[in-house]
Amino acid sequence: MLPIREGFILSGILFTLGLIGVLVRRNLVFALMSIEVMLNAAGLAFVVAGTRWRQPDGQVVFLFILAMAAAEVSVGLALVLELYHQYKSLDTDAISRMRG
Amino acid sequence: MLQLLWLVPAVPFAGALMLAIFGPRMRSKVVAVVGVGTIAVSAVISLLIAGAFLSAPPAAGADTQVLWTWIDVGSFHSAIAFYLDALSLVMVVVVTFVSFLIHLYSTEFMRGDEGYSRFFAYMNLFVASMVTLLLADNLLLLYLGWEGVGLCSYLLIGFWYQDPANGRAGRKAFIVTRVGDTAMAVGLFLLFHRLGTLRIQDLMHAAQSQWPIGSPYAIAAAALLLGGAVGKSAQLPLQTWLPDAMAGPTPTSALIHAATMVTAGVYLIARTHVLFELAPPVQLAVAVVGTATLLMAGFSALTQNDIKRVLAYSTISQIGYMFLALGVGAWGAAIFHFMTHAFFKALLFLAAGIVIEALHHEHNIFRMGGLRKELPVAFWIFLIGGCALAGLPLITAGFYSKDLILWSTANSAAGGMGLWAAGIAGVVLTSLYTFRLIFLVFFGPAATPVTRRPGRAMVIPACVLAFLSIAGGFDRAPFTAFMSTALPGFRDARGGVAEAASSTAAGFAFLAGLLAAWYAYLRNPALGRAAGRNPAGRLLHQFWFSDWGMDWLYDRLFVRPVVWMAAANKADIIDSIYDGLARMAALCHRFLSLTETGKLRWYAAWIAGGSAVVVAIVMFL
Repeated sequence: MLPIREGFILSGILFTLGLIGVLVRRNLVFALMSIEVMLNAAGLAFVVAGTRWRQPDGQVVFLFILAMAAAEVSVGLALVLELYHQYKSLDTDAISRMRG
Repeated sequence: MLQLLWLVPAVPFAGALMLAIFGPRMRSKVVAVVGVGTIAVSAVISLLIAGAFLSAPPAAGADTQVLWTWIDVGSFHSAIAFYLDALSLVMVVVVTFVSFLIHLYSTEFMRGDEGYSRFFAYMNLFVASMVTLLLADNLLLLYLGWEGVGLCSYLLIGFWYQDPANGRAGRKAFIVTRVGDTAMAVGLFLLFHRLGTLRIQDLMHAAQSQWPIGSPYAIAAAALLLGGAVGKSAQLPLQTWLPDAMAGPTPTSALIHAATMVTAGVYLIARTHVLFELAPPVQLAVAVVGTATLLMAGFSALTQNDIKRVLAYSTISQIGYMFLALGVGAWGAAIFHFMTHAFFKALLFLAAGIVIEALHHEHNIFRMGGLRKELPVAFWIFLIGGCALAGLPLITAGFYSKDLILWSTANSAAGGMGLWAAGIAGVVLTSLYTFRLIFLVFFGPAATPVTRRPGRAMVIPACVLAFLSIAGGFDRAPFTAFMSTALPGFRDARGGVAEAASSTAAGFAFLAGLLAAWYAYLRNPALGRAAGRNPAGRLLHQFWFSDWGMDWLYDRLFVRPVVWMAAANKADIIDSIYDGLARMAALCHRFLSLTETGKLRWYAAWIAGGSAVVVAIVMFL
């Protein structure tokens, strides 16, 4: 049985790392990867909580998150491809024409 | 025949509508036919109605025609209904008939003016409103006509709107009469509040049965109605608009600002005479206002140099006589003077119009002269009108009507010898300024060449009016008897003064004025110039010329403070609050739009930060 305290700390560290990646990396592909890390951190938290209370819900939600992440990545990668065609670059700071 | 009554206002109204809508596309011949034709129909119908009314008087001497319900809210009912009795019949016949003559005259006077159809549309609308005012069965409908004639007066004074001075004169007339109209509206509210109806006849019966003589409500209501009458009839202290109203075309001055509209106040007081009889102080005030006005306007008329302004002041003065008659309870005499005044004053304005046209729009009487030989027709009709105005004894209608007023004043309970003497002094003044005008314009050396002679359409109406100015007053006994079916007869309270004595005094007063004018302006013209060099004389002249400084006073008291306040509040202090709200919203918008950088990572950071804040709030609060 996973110890819940360490599990949540690991999940928090992973989530923070992912968030830092999103905020720091300028390459869109890396940003997408960082989002994957954040999603998995959340999934890990569900699994840990599910084992703690001996409920299958945590595993079920993780499956949902996996499916959602797959969908998100497919859409995200399609957008990345299209953006690359348009801008010949994946730098998010360069793609900033929509502003007030 | 009496069922045709509604056509008298309806036909001119239809004419006004037709001219307003199709007028600009009509040929001027068609405009003239519509403009004059509708008034002719109206005049003929009113004459036929008068014939029917006289040959078979309706029961109780009055006839009511209800057309439809206008307003019906709670206990307030108001109908579009016409009330015909001796008073309104005489007024309607005179108004439509004089209007017809003046419309006929206008077809030639206004020929070639670019606003030809507009002019006739306004004039027709005026006649419709005036007749509505006269025939109204209730005070609300009367008020509608009252405001309608005020509107037409405004439109016609500013008819030649390209000149800003004319627009100013129109606004002045509108605003000054509005002061009186407001008082009158408050009076209507008071009457409805206390007596619960606005039907004039019901109102009079209710007032008579509910209010004792001298009751405060009667005094307040009568005083407020007097305020309206004073404004519309250009009496003291609201007379300042009428001389400036002469900026309008001359037929307008003849019809609206001499013969008909300005006597609406006289009609209003006569119509509501019961209220005034219940309020003796107010009735006395009517007499005093009339007397003061007739003297002040007489002095002012002496000094004017614009032919139309002299006539305007004489109108104010003559309406002063009518007010005097109303004030002393000589109701019939006031209406009699209204009738003769409508004839001779319209005549004088038409003759003045002929002179002005002939001299290429010259208004200054000191640049006229010697027109007796150049324009003999104008001279004779002007002389007849002038004699009627001044009251040439035994011949003219004006003498008979004014004489009746003076005699009634001397013998009434409210009047007395003081008011009578003022009236006689007024006769001297009237005669003096009238013959000053005649001598300066038609005698002496010619000053300006005559460029245009009047055609038939201008001469014939003037001749008809000249005939009426003489014949209109000969037989006054039947008129007075007819009037007494609608208005109470004159009560001879003192009986001290015989009519012959009063008439003789008036005759000598006329003669005195005539001789003074003859001496000062024909025999010895140097006299006037000497008086002008004398500083005291010049000051007095200036004082009278400016209408006793009333315009100056009102300018300082009312116009300037209002203009100053408007200038001070140009930025609109209240509005700046709303402006501030708008400016704050714009500022917030600019601040928020700064956050929209287009940088994806910044957005992500904001979302993360915001989520952290929300989670913190949920957890710790």
